[in-house]
Amino acid sequence: MGETHSLEDRFQAFVEAENKVEPKHWMPDGYRKTLVRQISQHAHSEIVGMLPEANWITRAPSLRAKLILLAKVQDEAGHGLYLYSAAETLGTSRDQMIDDLHSGKAKYSSIFNYPTLTWADMGAIGWLVDGAAIANQVMLCRTSYGPYSRAMVRICKEESFHQRQGFEIMMHLAKGTPEQKAMAQDALNRWWWPSIMMFGPSDDQSPNSAQSMKWRIKRKSNDELRQEFIDKTVPQAEFIGLTIPDPDLRWNEETGHYDFGTINWTEFFDVIAGNGPCNAERLAARQKAHDEGAWVREAAAAYAAKQASRSARRPAQTHAA
Amino acid sequence: MSTTTHQWPLWEVFVRSKNGLAHKHVGSLHAPDSEMALKNARDVYTRRSEGISIWVVPSAAITASSPDEKDPLFAPSDDKVYRHPTFYDIPDEVGHM
Ligand SMILES: [Fe+2]
Ligand SMILES: [Fe+2]
Repeated sequence: MGETHSLEDRFQAFVEAENKVEPKHWMPDGYRKTLVRQISQHAHSEIVGMLPEANWITRAPSLRAKLILLAKVQDEAGHGLYLYSAAETLGTSRDQMIDDLHSGKAKYSSIFNYPTLTWADMGAIGWLVDGAAIANQVMLCRTSYGPYSRAMVRICKEESFHQRQGFEIMMHLAKGTPEQKAMAQDALNRWWWPSIMMFGPSDDQSPNSAQSMKWRIKRKSNDELRQEFIDKTVPQAEFIGLTIPDPDLRWNEETGHYDFGTINWTEFFDVIAGNGPCNAERLAARQKAHDEGAWVREAAAAYAAKQASRSARRPAQTHAA
Repeated sequence: MSTTTHQWPLWEVFVRSKNGLAHKHVGSLHAPDSEMALKNARDVYTRRSEGISIWVVPSAAITASSPDEKDPLFAPSDDKVYRHPTFYDIPDEVGHM
């Protein structure tokens, strides 16, 4: 004993001192594996998450709404890229991650396996789904892995408009005709429970959580994040006159938080296992987009090869401008 | 499952946020050539007027110092306190120097 500290101990002390781990640093295998799994799942969620909303781009009710939705969906593609890049710094390849998504081996957030039935769903998704994602991502800005943390800072800057545009849609519908208000309430009814499930199983049911917290990958537990989100969201629903579909929801004077009803974890694990309403459809859409884009990738590679052989005959440039 | 095409090279992206500032590393992306890398970098890293100039550099062209040799590599600059202005005692009466 005495002077000798294992690499693991030194690593633990390093992250506990709030240092950021960079790609070339020594890290425990488990830390690397946990990050690859978490960051790639996060990336897949951004990419698959474009599908439910893409469903409404051509049917947006106005040009303004269409431009906003397009910009939001484009942002999500960017988020996927930042995250894939962060995962690649850990030694996994983009191709491997994409293949794992398409083969069903890799997971993505179960929320995206629910259908988007009406325009109000664009409001509910922005407000609740992006809202829940933001709560998680704000925490992850302080994660111990440098490239992940930097990707999160970028993403958080872009996310805030996502939630605001969603809330605006809900607000307008809630102030509209009785039919429009009913449509907003229906969307809230369908998205509320899946949204609060996004934070993952309760702390006592999530065995990896404690280790992630110890490594400073996660900074708050699933239950803490869920409670914060509920406390923030309930007054927003009240403000626009919509009702959260939970009869057990009430303010608890003692704790200073909202108490809420029991979450249907059977549904959650069932959707994760692949039995949600849209699991097959989402993966098929991803695979189709990938296959149909193959010729574009091939053409770009052929063009690059041709340009390279041409410029090999020209003198090289000297200085970046 | 079908595998993806052979992977395109990785590029590091640097953005000058405004005139007079240095380019700063913002992230990376895959692209078949420098021209596509620039266009993709514009779409991915400057959607909100984050920059007025972009550099893309093949990641493979970067030579990085290793964190393990951090101490010996940077040690020579740590023990030369006389390189800092605070090392010198100049009487206050002399004024700002
Ligand atoms: Fe996102
Ligand atoms: Fe978003």
